[in-house]
Amino acid sequence: MRAYDLIELAGRNLREAGLRNSLTTLGIGVGVASLVAMLSLGIGLQKLATRQLGRSGLFDTVVVTARGETRGPRFSQASPVTGQAIPLDDTARHKFEQMANVAEVYPNFSAVGDLRLEGAQNAASHFSVVGTLPQSARASEAFDDVQGSFFSAPDAPEAIILSDFGRELLDVPREPRGSETKLTTDQADRLLGKTLVLKYHKREVGESAPLAGKTTKKGERDPDDVESADNQQAEDAQSFNLVPKTLKLKIVGIVSSEPNRGFRQGRTPVFLPLTLAESLDMVQAGELWSTLRPSETKTYIALIVHVAKSKAVAQVEDEIRKQGFSTFSILDASKGITRFFTFLDLFLGIFGSLALAVASLGIVNTLVMAILERRREIGIMKALGASDGDVKRIFFVEAGCMGILGGALGAGLGWMIGRAINFATNIYLQRQDIRPENFWVVPVWLVAAALGFSVFVSMFAGLYPASRAAKLDPVQALRHD
Amino acid sequence: MATNGTEFESVRTVSVVRHYKLGRSLIPAVDGVSLAAGRGEFIALLGASGSGKSTLLNLIAGLDRPDSGAIVVEGSDLATMTSEQLAQYRRHTVGMVFQSFNLVHTMTLYENVELPMRFAEVKRKERRARVTEALERVGLSDRMKHRPSEMSGGEQQRAALARALANRPKLLLADEPTGNLDSKTGTEIMDLIRELNRTLEMTVIMVTHERSLAERYANRLVFLGDGKLVGELENTKLEKIGAGR
Repeated sequence: MRAYDLIELAGRNLREAGLRNSLTTLGIGVGVASLVAMLSLGIGLQKLATRQLGRSGLFDTVVVTARGETRGPRFSQASPVTGQAIPLDDTARHKFEQMANVAEVYPNFSAVGDLRLEGAQNAASHFSVVGTLPQSARASEAFDDVQGSFFSAPDAPEAIILSDFGRELLDVPREPRGSETKLTTDQADRLLGKTLVLKYHKREVGESAPLAGKTTKKGERDPDDVESADNQQAEDAQSFNLVPKTLKLKIVGIVSSEPNRGFRQGRTPVFLPLTLAESLDMVQAGELWSTLRPSETKTYIALIVHVAKSKAVAQVEDEIRKQGFSTFSILDASKGITRFFTFLDLFLGIFGSLALAVASLGIVNTLVMAILERRREIGIMKALGASDGDVKRIFFVEAGCMGILGGALGAGLGWMIGRAINFATNIYLQRQDIRPENFWVVPVWLVAAALGFSVFVSMFAGLYPASRAAKLDPVQALRHD
Repeated sequence: MATNGTEFESVRTVSVVRHYKLGRSLIPAVDGVSLAAGRGEFIALLGASGSGKSTLLNLIAGLDRPDSGAIVVEGSDLATMTSEQLAQYRRHTVGMVFQSFNLVHTMTLYENVELPMRFAEVKRKERRARVTEALERVGLSDRMKHRPSEMSGGEQQRAALARALANRPKLLLADEPTGNLDSKTGTEIMDLIRELNRTLEMTVIMVTHERSLAERYANRLVFLGDGKLVGELENTKLEKIGAGR
């Protein structure tokens, strides 16, 4: 029998017992809906978790230090120091950038400076740590509720500050530490677009004058005068001077939590654009060591290698190690999370499938009833030349049709249930002052898979009735009674 | 498959046996019947109820299988066929009409006549032409959209005849075709069957228990009793037709 005839016959049979078949189909629909709802919750939670973790910068980051380096972040290093340490300089940085799966390489930058809000009556100085943000930090979750904006350019004289620091600048009472409370609109308006004056020390090559000597020259300087200041010839390239500098920065953004926190240690309340910060040559925290240990080229305390996908972290880390550097990353944590969610999805899937299993019994029941009802009809069809296979296929297609309709209905229903619960939960979250999240995700593949699974289960349920119908003896079925 | 008999032969049964189990005992419904029908012949199977005439008809129709013996139709032995081949045989070689018409109630007349062509995988365009032709032949071309419940018994049996013709079979098997009809309508149906027998040269085997009916239409009468062939009679009262024996 041709496919369209099969479908047409199956369709008319389904319509004939409309109510019964609709109810069975509805049962399948509810089963599929529960499966879709459960799995979309699992998928949504997993996405939410990986997104949060991903944006925290912990799982796609490799911290690279030179072997034998004692400056900067100190992590337990299992790898023994062998041979001469390779300097962590621009050559190395460039090499990392060229590696596969590496999205970005930037220095772990942490300097100290003196900060003051320009034009304020009580312009008190605030001695503070200054960090940097690469352009990619814009995607960080801290910027989800930024007041103001991100840096306009990687070298713009701009600053992004923490709201806590903003309160310090405005001299308003502090919130409890770590509360990550936003500034009020009024407070933010008083800071955004204002100028922040940064006093720092520049690390300058080529002068053997003692540090104390330089500091006597300290005074107000033009911030543009950075490069030409103290234009003295290098007498000794192996030595450094600390030259005090001043820089005016425009406050463009205020965030309530530290962006790109990653493995950063301590608290960093002020951020500069990466390129700008690198051009300033500021003396970095923990860098005193390097002022005593001369080197001809600039080396980094630590480089942060941002890996494009967290799966590639191990491979990137290995490659960097082979080049002779020490590395640190959190590898197994993301694997553990994936495993946890696999189990959660499995559990939710089994739970959701139960309803579908019950619904498939409904299909068996409906079709067995249909065989009893259509006994004579089956006999007639056989007498007219229907083979056992034809009869079997008709029932099979009927089961499949119920599966498709039920699956489509269920996918839609599941999606709506998900939407509704998501909506309701977000209202609750908003009342609790928590940012609403989309933790209910129905991807296209889930809809397709639910539909396919529904058809599969329905056809499986149709297996027994179909073969029973096919085996019906036409002579018995046609015996007039 | 065995090919025996002359080229004019349509159906031949050789010592066909069919038992039914009833509890522990075997009941021989058909017990060694050998009979032959030539092409274009009109045979009436006569006998009391339980004589095995319907069972024999079902065996010839390929709806049932013999326990032993052979049934050769148009050169092929049904006893050796697979169930798929039997379905093919029912589809293309046999047309059947029943006492209780056996139309599908949920389908219109058109759809009922179309049904066997669905199994035979006839193309849709051709189906329409064939349905129209078959319904014209039985005089129901204006009732295509009607359901069986909206038609009289005579009309239903005519519709069943049209359905039996749909796949242009060589053999028409009728099981008490007038059993549920009054005598006037019954005569109409029998006239129609005879017309098909003559104009389309279809071999007709009809089960009936009315001897008078058989004598009016069949050119050979076969008598069954207790599953055995108990007598055969050439119908001399009938005017001579084209293909006899």
